[in-house]
Amino acid sequence: MIKSIFDTISLWLIPCIILIVLFCGIIKKLPIYELFIDGAKDGAKVGINIFPYLLAIIVAISMLRASGTIEFLGSVLGDLFNKIHIPIDVLPIMVVRSLSGSAILGIVGDIASTHDVNSYTTRLAAIMAGSSETTFYVLAVYFGAVGIKKYRYALLTGILADFAGIIAAVLVTYLFFG
Amino acid sequence: MNYIWFLLIVVSIIFGAINSQLNAVINAALEGAQKAVEISLYLIGIMAFWLGFMKIAEKSGLIDFIAKIITPLAGGLFPEIKEDKKAIGNIAMNFAANAFGLSNAATPMGIKAIEKMQNHNIDKKSASNAMCMLLAMNTAGFQLVPATIIAILAACGDKNPTVIVLPTLVVTTIAFTFAILIAKVFEKIWKPQEVNTND
Repeated sequence: MIKSIFDTISLWLIPCIILIVLFCGIIKKLPIYELFIDGAKDGAKVGINIFPYLLAIIVAISMLRASGTIEFLGSVLGDLFNKIHIPIDVLPIMVVRSLSGSAILGIVGDIASTHDVNSYTTRLAAIMAGSSETTFYVLAVYFGAVGIKKYRYALLTGILADFAGIIAAVLVTYLFFG
Repeated sequence: MNYIWFLLIVVSIIFGAINSQLNAVINAALEGAQKAVEISLYLIGIMAFWLGFMKIAEKSGLIDFIAKIITPLAGGLFPEIKEDKKAIGNIAMNFAANAFGLSNAATPMGIKAIEKMQNHNIDKKSASNAMCMLLAMNTAGFQLVPATIIAILAACGDKNPTVIVLPTLVVTTIAFTFAILIAKVFEKIWKPQEVNTND
């Protein structure tokens, strides 16, 4: 029920935004076509500004994932994690959730197909992934767009929020499904 | 960021060498570079599309109108830029798009907002408080319904994948609130000039 309401909103939100914007422009007798072209020009500029920032972070993260570091962490931390209700299969999600959105979807799919879909492990994996955001990517894109090089506390805030999200995910999953 | 980037690469190469995956690590670096090009190109298309519409919205006064509604709320979070209606309006739309999981639409709106913030920024190379708050809101990943994850669970044979909606909402709300709180705390204790040596 709730889901179908949200689905409907999600489906209609973008068409509604587009229609409202167009109507507002036409009513005010603005040259909407020219304005659109003018605004769209900036898109290419932003993409080029962002590129070096994205390159730096995506290269580093791709290297980390290929190096086997994440698997190594899993073998070292396995016992400790089991004690605090975190199945070791979920560890890659905890590590990758701030780094790569597409990788996370792959991991969830992998866990859901190797474990029972209703298992605690799958639920925790799904909730952890569903509440994640690719912190490093977001920082690279936003700061890249305006050429900010000193992130100040933005990175630390993002990492701490991720950490809070992980703890909250474990607690909430344990309360709901544990 | 310098140290994190350094660590990511050095750890990858050392572990790659230990696991005799050095070749794979270097290939991954090259593939990563290629992927960065693809994502940037993809972003150009999406950005141009939304920035085109945003330009109309801006000129027609729509963004000012949205800003007026949420200024009382956003003023507390973004005290330095609360006079800038365009920035506040874009923040509101960025948040709304994120909440509904429309990250393709959220990013251009957020970038529009950070560009406006850059106009108020004194040191153009260093993030302002308002920027850090915007990024805190965006990195915390607040979302009402995690649609892609639900789709994956359903694809893997889950009969009732929507049971994760409420717990996920609780988790993102906690993380989001926490992110805003720590951004506010850091804003007070982390002065811009100290960062020159620190970051």
